[in-house]
Amino acid sequence: MTDKNAPDDNNPIARRNFLLGASTAVAAGLAPTAAAQAQQPAAAAAADAAGSEPATYLTLTQAEAAFFAAAVDTMIPADELTPSGSDCGIVTFIDRQLASAWGGGAKMYRNGPFRKAKPEYGYQLPLTPRQFFAVGIVATNAWTHKVYGKDFDRLAANEREDALKALEQGKAELGDFDAKPFFEALLHIAMEGFFADPIYGGNRNKVAWKMVGFPGLPAVYSHLIEQYRNKRYVVEPQSIADFS
Amino acid sequence: MATRLKEVDAVMVGMGWTGSILARELTKAGLTVVGLERGEDLTPRENFALPAVRDELRYSYRLELIQDPALETVTFRHRPSESALPMRRFGSFLPGNSVGGAANHWGGQHWRYLPSDHLTRSHIVERYGAKAIPDDMTIQDWAMTYDELEPHYDKFDKLCGVSGKAGNLRGQKIEGGNVFEGPRSNEYPTPPLIMCESGLMFAKVAKELGYHPFPQPASNASRAYTNSEGLTLGGCQYCGFCERNGCEANAKAGPHVCVLPVLRADPKFTLRARAWVSRLSYDKAAKKVTGVVFTDTRTGEEYEQPAGLVVLSAYVFGNISLLLNSGIGEPYDPVTQKGVVGRNYCYQLSRLGVTLFFEDKVFNPFMGSPGTQMVMDDFDGDNFDHGGLGFLGGCKIQLGHADGRPISYRPVPPGTPRWGSTWKKATAKWYQHAARITLSGSNYASRYNYIDLDPTYKDQLGRPLLRMTYNFVENDYKVADYCMEVALKIARAMNPTMMGPPGLRRGDYNTVPYQSTHNTGGTIIGHDPKTSVVNRYLQAWDADNLFIMGASTFPQQPAYNPTGPVGALAYWSADAIVTKYLKSPGPLVHA
Repeated sequence: MTDKNAPDDNNPIARRNFLLGASTAVAAGLAPTAAAQAQQPAAAAAADAAGSEPATYLTLTQAEAAFFAAAVDTMIPADELTPSGSDCGIVTFIDRQLASAWGGGAKMYRNGPFRKAKPEYGYQLPLTPRQFFAVGIVATNAWTHKVYGKDFDRLAANEREDALKALEQGKAELGDFDAKPFFEALLHIAMEGFFADPIYGGNRNKVAWKMVGFPGLPAVYSHLIEQYRNKRYVVEPQSIADFS
Repeated sequence: MATRLKEVDAVMVGMGWTGSILARELTKAGLTVVGLERGEDLTPRENFALPAVRDELRYSYRLELIQDPALETVTFRHRPSESALPMRRFGSFLPGNSVGGAANHWGGQHWRYLPSDHLTRSHIVERYGAKAIPDDMTIQDWAMTYDELEPHYDKFDKLCGVSGKAGNLRGQKIEGGNVFEGPRSNEYPTPPLIMCESGLMFAKVAKELGYHPFPQPASNASRAYTNSEGLTLGGCQYCGFCERNGCEANAKAGPHVCVLPVLRADPKFTLRARAWVSRLSYDKAAKKVTGVVFTDTRTGEEYEQPAGLVVLSAYVFGNISLLLNSGIGEPYDPVTQKGVVGRNYCYQLSRLGVTLFFEDKVFNPFMGSPGTQMVMDDFDGDNFDHGGLGFLGGCKIQLGHADGRPISYRPVPPGTPRWGSTWKKATAKWYQHAARITLSGSNYASRYNYIDLDPTYKDQLGRPLLRMTYNFVENDYKVADYCMEVALKIARAMNPTMMGPPGLRRGDYNTVPYQSTHNTGGTIIGHDPKTSVVNRYLQAWDADNLFIMGASTFPQQPAYNPTGPVGALAYWSADAIVTKYLKSPGPLVHA
């Protein structure tokens, strides 16, 4: 399926519009699930919230943002439970995390020599998280180009799913770069963005907390724990910002 | 050239639990004490305050309160034939890094070791014969008995306001408490925490099967408590943000709540944060230490702090590193089995368990604390007959809900994909309905598990990093398998809608997923200077004015978490320093 309005490498503005919200994506015919999502009032509200934020990033390039949006929307698709991963703010979350001290390699021992090792030895690359994701995205896009003839974010929904599964199972040939740890890091940061306190930019409107029934703050239960034994405790979740 | 500071009576290297306790006991005895701490100073009111303290990402994943591996980490290999690589991020264990130490972010599970744990080797030899101990299992006795330590266990309980129920009060067994524990001179300072639904379900079934479940003893005070220092702890809020976070309710015991306010007000005590001790000044001929050298991490300037008495009160790795980097004691060699420093490094068996799903039960997993669980010790230590089993040691088995922080807590039934629509639906459906029986097991010392200095990698000060050579051995796998069968029996009897696969102990030790910050050994206690670093009073055999605190002195690791005995040993050693050493400085035990 092609569309002359579809964003591409020569048309970064169109690509940015794609990131802005569901309507552009639907017009572009790139996100079939978004059509279903638009029917959901909660999803539509979240998409509005997403649309009101400028698609500017602290560190991500447009291509990287498009990659993350496609990845987190596949991992966390829009459905009756929540809006899609990007509409939950997860790309914003990832951008801020990769721009943070953590993204720059804080709390990591980075002295050489470096050597490949068994997974039980843990992370052994010289790359910071920011660099690791940059390298991983380039390697993944090179691989999807070989297999599908285009970047990961241009793939149809079912192809994206297949591509992520190939990464997860270590079947994607990323050359010198190991697919499995890259997938694990990608899945982990997506889950962090989905479930962390909304102050970091993801979990917009506490959708993930509502989905599981996590009340957030203030988390003072000494007077409730006995009363709510085997009885569901339901409240509107509150976040750090609600107490600040 | 280091700037020489004015001599003090005693210097503490590290201001966590043991540094704080020793500083308090020694200033009480009239000594001038300097407490040096590599990390920054914290105050609960500023640093553990609502709402910021309820932040899973910041504390559990960005590890706000954890040591920075860029400054110092350890290198790792599974066996001596391999070359080690640095742990570039901490994962399996998470040492603390500020005033208050790991007690800022611990969970608070508070144990005493079993009387037989204090006599591990002689107890086993007496019951099963010397042949029951495998050749490479280098277990030893502690150099003091449970009964000798009991008053100090008791003292530490009263410092922490521990919640729990006694199962053995002065020899009288009490149903509902831990009937396997050693005799206690007093009931717990505060009653057990309010139990959650899953804990009650586990206890009912365990009891029906003939076991002896009891509420987890915890340094999460169950109500406001004025401790032995006259300081007030709050009551636990069951917030579900305990481990890895600070406590805004002052209910979780730690130096900031239980000791430091008194110390800070004492003119005989000086706290110096951001002071990283790089080595001890050692006079080998005289068998004395003369002080410590530290770097002020704000300026990079080096200072020498002379002191009459040096207390090593860093984490396990800090203690070992300072001995090796100061040339104190002979490094252990696993081939010849000569040398002592770095010997008997042990860990704890964890990440064992089975998840149960109950369609018709609601657990509110976010309401809880590390103390809201029921435990049974029927298969712990030597509480059961090991005759013919082919292994030694055991596990405590437990179930409860400590937290439901959703980045980490997302139980889904077996076979569920890890992402996508199906994953979302399962996550939403089961979050409220899962409970996990977990096991924590003993880890008995093994000849080839040890610590020495790495030949390649250095810390930020340019010192060699410690190198950990460690793996699980046959005994560990057997302990885990045997105790898992018990857990599965209980799990089936609880009649869940479905069960996950048993999480077993297989393959090489993996340093990546969190297991426990219960590293032990390396500067162990003993009767013989050929096989230990410190004598029964935690006094170094190689320097009589050097005392070494903490779990680095444990000869091996029982199934229990180590903080209770760490505190008890600190009081025991402080008592020996004040009542014996200060009156007649010199070796307190003659080898």
